[in-house]
Amino acid sequence: MTRILEKAGLILLGIVIFFWTMAPLYNMLIMSITPVNAIFAGKLWPDNPTLGNYVTVFRQENHYLTHFWRQLFNSVFIAAASMIIVLTIATLASFAVGRLRLRFAPFVNNLALTTYLIPAAFLAIPFYQVLAFYGLLDSQWGLIFAVTTFTTPYAIWVLRNYADSIPFELDEAAMVDGASRWQIFCLVYLPLIRPAMIAIGTFALLHAWNEYLYAFLILSHETRVTLTVTLGLFRSDDSAPWPLLMAVGVLYSIPPAALYFSVRKYMVTGLTSGGVKD
Amino acid sequence: MRGRLGSMTQFSVTPDPTAPSPPRPPLISSDSAWGLFFLLPYIVIFVLFVAYPIGYAVWLATDLKAYARIFDDPIYWRTAWNTLIFLLVGVNLKMILALLLSGFFALPNLWIRILGAFFLLPWAVPHIPSIISIRWMLNSEWGMVNTLLFDLFRIDGPNWLTNPTYGLSSIIAVHIWKYLPFWTMILVAGRMAIPRDLYDAAAVDGATKLQRFRHVTFPQLKALFLTSTMLTTIWSLGDFNSVYLLTGGGPADRTNTLATMGIRYAFRQADFEAGIVTMVSAVPILIPLVIMLTRRLSKAGGRQA
Repeated sequence: MTRILEKAGLILLGIVIFFWTMAPLYNMLIMSITPVNAIFAGKLWPDNPTLGNYVTVFRQENHYLTHFWRQLFNSVFIAAASMIIVLTIATLASFAVGRLRLRFAPFVNNLALTTYLIPAAFLAIPFYQVLAFYGLLDSQWGLIFAVTTFTTPYAIWVLRNYADSIPFELDEAAMVDGASRWQIFCLVYLPLIRPAMIAIGTFALLHAWNEYLYAFLILSHETRVTLTVTLGLFRSDDSAPWPLLMAVGVLYSIPPAALYFSVRKYMVTGLTSGGVKD
Repeated sequence: MRGRLGSMTQFSVTPDPTAPSPPRPPLISSDSAWGLFFLLPYIVIFVLFVAYPIGYAVWLATDLKAYARIFDDPIYWRTAWNTLIFLLVGVNLKMILALLLSGFFALPNLWIRILGAFFLLPWAVPHIPSIISIRWMLNSEWGMVNTLLFDLFRIDGPNWLTNPTYGLSSIIAVHIWKYLPFWTMILVAGRMAIPRDLYDAAAVDGATKLQRFRHVTFPQLKALFLTSTMLTTIWSLGDFNSVYLLTGGGPADRTNTLATMGIRYAFRQADFEAGIVTMVSAVPILIPLVIMLTRRLSKAGGRQA
């Protein structure tokens, strides 16, 4: 009897969790298939569901969305560039602090750790002013550097911790063999930390793709902004064509969700071997 | 080169157990030069985009008149109060739920594992469309929440976003929706790492479920739980999106937290000093947490977090 009750309790809990988790996503989906003029009806399922909103978005036929493809490309470009730069800087730095014998390695480690702990929003104002000084405002490189700044410390941390599981004897053997530090980095280190690199690459990609605060502070011209900025622009405007913007939202959510499902295994490895980052 | 390296590495992975372990190569001075070479890109980024902005902020924060401006603003005190409530209620509720749910998601049933994959979706999906979707759900006239309340219970739901108390509660709910999954999974990973024989021993001693949690699970999870709570306190302090995208700090600026208020001073009212000083006023909470966490994380090397 208690076993049955226990099982029923678990299933009930599962149902509650499922509805709690999925309701906002479901709402997003049904808003995106509701005709634009029927959005204020308050229905749990639209009377006349339509995929027409998506067609309108793809054809850029609404003046809120005249640069949809351009802005989608901007999001892709910024995410890809950020990922490549973060991976490059972090693999190099993690090799230095983890594999070389350096007196200042603990110092660099703590520096990275402290940066990783500062909430990005708290640095937004001086960061903005410094970018203005560098002439990087309304430049996509400004945003790429912002993402790089806040993702690299965590990346170094994860990679270094992951690399601790690789025996030092490998480096020593290669060194006895006459390999330079650079060759050890390329031929020993990089191949062995690949799983952590996948986790970190995904993390950087998602972070850049989802970034909102820095994107809307740094970018302003409508051909340079990412799609997140466009969506945020009308956030409190009830007269905006929300079914269309929600269709954009659904399209924008699919790549990170798909990516997350495909590299879930690596993410868990990365997260547990390198502490945590939300 | 590659082939030779390969055979060497294989040799050293399985060393002769009887041979004395080879001495570590001496500290070669070229390591420092190489270290600088490998670290150079990171140092450049750090100096240009971390050290310089922080230095600049510290310099601006010496402007005492800016403190007077924000301390004279009743909105600032409301914001500080909101931030405290947000941290005390939001963080604790989230972490207690995460601790409880981690027991659920650590169960081996297949359907629970599948549910676990869905459960992490809010964390992977971008803030902006999902929080705007929640904003619509909470609309008092045509939102899904009040529609359901009326259809199921014939209750007229409140104005979720135009009343400051409900507004702040909704912000906390959004924050939990977004970040609970991540911390639950971290604690699931922590539970998985607890040695099985501890539970076996407890079972031999006839421990009940509650006793197993009290005497085995919790002591083993305590360090991870504490570290996670401190980390999420810091990051919740910087949670701009849950507030800004849901209520925008409204109505009448009464649901702001320090993160959104600082941005508001700086970019809406073009008062950069007030903005920076608002952020700086969180430093008494921030600095001790950062110091404690840097110690904990660098000591544990991350493995046990």
